[in-house]
Amino acid sequence: MPATYENIATTTLGSSQANIDFTNIPGTFTDLVVIATLKRAAAGALDANIRVGNNSFDTGSNYSTTLLYGTGSAAGSTRFANQTSILADYYGSVNDTNEHIAIYQFMNYSNTTTNKTVIIRANRASSGVDAIVGLWRSTSAINQIRITLDLGGAQLMASGSTITLYGIKAA
Amino acid sequence: MPVTYKKIASVTVGAGGAATMDFNSIPGTYTDLKLIISAKTNAASISDFTKIRFNGVSTSYSNRNVYGQSGSPFSSTNTEILASCNGNNSTASTFGNSEYYLPNYTGNTNKSVSVDSVSETNGTNDTYAWLAAGLWSNTAAITSISLSPFNGTSFNQYSTATLYGISKS
Repeated sequence: MPATYENIATTTLGSSQANIDFTNIPGTFTDLVVIATLKRAAAGALDANIRVGNNSFDTGSNYSTTLLYGTGSAAGSTRFANQTSILADYYGSVNDTNEHIAIYQFMNYSNTTTNKTVIIRANRASSGVDAIVGLWRSTSAINQIRITLDLGGAQLMASGSTITLYGIKAA
Repeated sequence: MPVTYKKIASVTVGAGGAATMDFNSIPGTYTDLKLIISAKTNAASISDFTKIRFNGVSTSYSNRNVYGQSGSPFSSTNTEILASCNGNNSTASTFGNSEYYLPNYTGNTNKSVSVDSVSETNGTNDTYAWLAAGLWSNTAAITSISLSPFNGTSFNQYSTATLYGISKS
């Protein structure tokens, strides 16, 4: 019986680094699920960002994000269009504790007909909770995913940050 | 090839209801846990919530949430990790659904939880689309989980909970 839910790859940082990348993602699954537990190497909170691509990461203004957030005292919604990445959290952001959890679901990631959507849940109990939808305006298949705290590479994810990529098959 | 996503155990509440739905002796061989719940309680209200206990410990829980009932969304905090479910006064045969995701449940850090839940009734208010960020500030590995109603005293018959283990290798 073929496996429906498979671990594709996992990365646990042994030292601080700017990005966690998954490349050469096979196109044989239907959807992708990413489980991220991130920690920042420096004090303070930052938002994680996602870039995707087909054989190279798209750095153009081809991404947008719409999100719902709760801080514990306020709830709201906002959106960002024509960005160079998808915002992977807002108040459920990454800091130097071990609280952050995010789940990213890329549906129908390998098709070459539609633009690509990702649904994100991001959580940090001391800060907030987010429900996010991101859009990559490209009909190319996704075979690369980058998660970063800083598009410029200056801010680092701490040792122990872990991201696991799973593939889900519809048949 | 090892199975990545595996059912560990399932609980279904029988006639007469049950005060808790429990999972004991959870193996430490997985990476993450996922808990899927369909629940209705005996609370005399349209909605209730499910409360969670790890390892029988009743302290050090926190929860920050965003939810919608109708109109504008709200956000609040709690000293429990909560998921919405249906109460006894909701539409008959209607149960609330929720999902808890617990990454790294055997690790030596505090335990974070992602909660997505809904309760629904054929009415105009008092049900929730509820998302929460939960934290158990305890570095022990999770070996047991107990679910109980937050306001009511028991889960109604046909409430179910299923625990899955997810392996990253």
